[in-house]
Amino acid sequence: MAATELVEGVLQGDRRSLARLISLIENEDPSVGYALSQLYRHTGRAHIVGVTGPPGSGKSTLVDRLTTEYRRRNKTVGIVCVDPSSPFTGGALLGDRIRMQGHALDKDVFVRSMGTRGHLGGLARATSDTVRAMDAFGKDIVVVETVGAGQSEVEVIDLAHTILVIDVPAAGDDIQAIKAGIMEIADIFVVNKSDLPGADKKAAEINAMLDTDPRERAWRPPVMMTNARGGEGIAALVDKIVEHRKYLEDSGLLAQKGLQRSRDELRTIMSYKLTRELMEKLEGRPEYEQALRKIAERDDDPYSVAERLIAEFLVDYGRSVKENGERKRR
Amino acid sequence: MAREKDVEAGLKEWEEKTVSKTIAKYPERSEKFETISGVGVNRLYTPLDTKDMDYRESLGFPGDYPFTRGVQPTMYRGRLWTMRQYSGFGTARETNRRFRFLLDQGQTGLSVAFDLPTQIGYDSDHPMARGEVGKVGVAVDSLADMELLFDSIPLEKVSTSMTINAPAAVLLAMYIAVGEKQGVPMAKLRGTVQNDILKEYIARGTYIFPPKPSMRLITDTFRFCSDNMPQWNTISISGYHIREAGSTAAQEVAFTLANGIAYVEAAVNAHLDIDSFASRLSFFFGSHSDFFEEVAKFRAARRLWAHIMRDRFKAHDPESWKMRFHTQTAGCTLTAQQPDNNVVRVTLQALQAVLGGTQSLHTNSRDEALSLPTEQSVQIALRTQQIIAYETGVADTIDPLAGSYYIESLTDEIERKAREYINKIDGMGGAVTAIEAGYPQREIHDSAFEFQRKVDAQKRVVIGVNMFAEKGRQKLEYLKVNPEVEKEQAAVVKRLREKRSPGPWRDSMKGLKTAAQSNTNLMPAIITAVKAQATVGEICDVFRQLWGEYKAPDIM
Amino acid sequence: MSSSKKIRVLVAKPGLDGHDRGAKVVARALRDAGMEVIYTGLRQTPEMIAEAAIQEAVHVVGLSILSGAHNALLPKVTELLRKEGADDVLVIAGGIIPEDDVPGLKAAGIAEVFGPGTPLSDIVDYIKAHVKL
Repeated sequence: MAATELVEGVLQGDRRSLARLISLIENEDPSVGYALSQLYRHTGRAHIVGVTGPPGSGKSTLVDRLTTEYRRRNKTVGIVCVDPSSPFTGGALLGDRIRMQGHALDKDVFVRSMGTRGHLGGLARATSDTVRAMDAFGKDIVVVETVGAGQSEVEVIDLAHTILVIDVPAAGDDIQAIKAGIMEIADIFVVNKSDLPGADKKAAEINAMLDTDPRERAWRPPVMMTNARGGEGIAALVDKIVEHRKYLEDSGLLAQKGLQRSRDELRTIMSYKLTRELMEKLEGRPEYEQALRKIAERDDDPYSVAERLIAEFLVDYGRSVKENGERKRR
Repeated sequence: MAREKDVEAGLKEWEEKTVSKTIAKYPERSEKFETISGVGVNRLYTPLDTKDMDYRESLGFPGDYPFTRGVQPTMYRGRLWTMRQYSGFGTARETNRRFRFLLDQGQTGLSVAFDLPTQIGYDSDHPMARGEVGKVGVAVDSLADMELLFDSIPLEKVSTSMTINAPAAVLLAMYIAVGEKQGVPMAKLRGTVQNDILKEYIARGTYIFPPKPSMRLITDTFRFCSDNMPQWNTISISGYHIREAGSTAAQEVAFTLANGIAYVEAAVNAHLDIDSFASRLSFFFGSHSDFFEEVAKFRAARRLWAHIMRDRFKAHDPESWKMRFHTQTAGCTLTAQQPDNNVVRVTLQALQAVLGGTQSLHTNSRDEALSLPTEQSVQIALRTQQIIAYETGVADTIDPLAGSYYIESLTDEIERKAREYINKIDGMGGAVTAIEAGYPQREIHDSAFEFQRKVDAQKRVVIGVNMFAEKGRQKLEYLKVNPEVEKEQAAVVKRLREKRSPGPWRDSMKGLKTAAQSNTNLMPAIITAVKAQATVGEICDVFRQLWGEYKAPDIM
Repeated sequence: MSSSKKIRVLVAKPGLDGHDRGAKVVARALRDAGMEVIYTGLRQTPEMIAEAAIQEAVHVVGLSILSGAHNALLPKVTELLRKEGADDVLVIAGGIIPEDDVPGLKAAGIAEVFGPGTPLSDIVDYIKAHVKL
């Protein structure tokens, strides 16, 4: 089924249509671009919350509890959980749902598990568009749980309005401390497993680190304590997320972020589309293979070849877009 | 010393001349040999492998520390192990009939299998119980069912083992109440409740509550039994299910003993005197298919536990140092293909358990990879034990494999590996923290996956499955649980709720809640509730509401 | 069709039994065969399984059950999937399921039943041969 046929279903709140559209997004189906362009106008309403933190910090449990609290407040929730795909086989084990069984039969909670399929940065390539589809689907809140494998997971910053960075009191060597780079993206810090010894110390450490931050910031990330397993501190955390959203709105940052996002996104779409169309044209063509050989044998250099190929492509591309436009008009 | 040098020289010569010549002509079956758990196996074991062994320290004498050779001074020369077949299915009435059959056949103890709704604290009419009532064991919703289960079985004469964990306190309370009705005071009741929640989180999956309140239920039963039930084993710390989930032999020992440590610590923290409860702790292991490794495993576990209890916990009473255990032959080694072969597997595994000095034994039935066992299959399984006990002579001398160079070095090796794991778990903050982080679960899963890959690659042979397989399945009669049982049982429990007198029931539920919210021992309130005809589901619901439910970590 | 299309499988344990060794081992083998495997853990009702299958848009549902409740629970899963219009999903089962019960389960829409001792590669091959992408 093509994505275009699913647009109507997604807008009417049909779970199956949404699920299938996400699969097409993941598979980079060519029909997706048009579908997303149809959905675009219906997006921008959801509050997107990113959740990141090291393995063992209890991200899934926290997301589960946040969902419970949001449902108590009558908000509908979409959840995207990203787990790493194996670089060798491309397969993935996606186990985050285990923690979310309490919402398994709640029709107002939609959970989607996603493998990174080779994408770095803590998310899958499809995550952004999936979040958008859930937004168009009508979810009030969309929670994105990143891989949390210790790599620099800063991509979520482009996607989420509010980012929670989870950390836990220092424990055995199986739990890694969060990386410095991640600390800087937090809108709210969460010290989870607050029942463990060392929780207060951890919170103090984070606050001390924030004290040394030279940036002038109107929003100083608060440090919240939760025990997600026991459900403690969750309501206060949700209050804080709501507060952050309000801060974004009142300060004009939300609009600014929106603009920034449009800028980034347009650039991403353009460069992705260009690269993809360019490579589709070139790969497998004898001239291209020949050029490659020449470069390898030092008969030619990659800089000049790149310039030449792009120039040729752009001429062709311009012609075909124009022809397409004329055909459509007729 | 001279003798050692002599052996060393002889061994070298044998390897270099005799063996290498033979191997040149006839290579060995494999380049590397290892036990089913992956422990390397040498071509030959000699006195060199046990040269560091101090007899008194490592082995000692039966009934004496460190109990490597057995926990009783005369072992099976005094009394044979208890032959205890785990059984239960359908309704209490049906299972009662099976119990009486087994006792007639010469079985010496009862072992109750409960159905899954009972084990997870759902009454038979609960939506989650759909399809499960009476399937893997007997359905017990209320005291009335328990009374039927033990109808005409004099509780002062049998010892009863109950495989029940999360709601163990509830079923124990029911057993006490049945005894009372028969005129048997609880001090005279003999038996065991499994009551081992930690391995449920690790391997078996029939947990209800989170660890903290679960540990409280367990320490409450410890205290209650040490005050009132001197002949009752309050827990059966189980490695069986850990092994069934795919662990190695050393992991089985390690994770089981780490759990044991956690229980002892919890009880000590609850201000129980260690010597008041330690001798009522019992253990439960599997007997898998690697013959010598299993014998060594039982011996290593016994020695390690004695060390832990004496040196780590400073228990004074030698009774507290003794690891007494039940064994079941390994269900996961049974094959659905050529099921009669299972009789042979079970025989060997049962023999291992006896050579390892078990206190009681369950032998699996040949048809259990297909369904619950038929009466005929159970009879063969029981006869297997009786043949080993009465015909083979293996029970006539104590720990007959001791002193075997291989057995002793394997015993050392398993103990060493188990210690490593226990140290690691200690470093993580103990068994409960390790379990919450998914550590033992992950280790076991890795071993299970590794094993399956070896089987698939034919590096591990399973007769009838990946070697000497036959086309088509051998047909076997198997036991079918009447699907009407669920309806009947659901109707019975509904009727019970309508008919019981509401006053005492309501009071008992209130009392239960109050007790759960305070620090008092829960056992008396549970006993009152079961006597007021409160159901297993109702009692567990009270706790569920107060304590919540456990959620498993994602271990993959 | 994009080359990045992946077989998505839901591995679930219906009913109350906690024996998840088989389910987990199979999940891992499918992952190693390049599939995306969603594991939902223990004690899944047919309703939960069907809903997860819909949301995750899986091509395959693998059900592992050892408790003997298969006749009551497995047909319910296929029935619910049918009701949701997801009858193109390949549903397979494994565990302790007596031979006599297999025809009934197949009639109810369970495509194949894998008993104890099935090599992992058989399951992988079966899925690859029968899945509708």
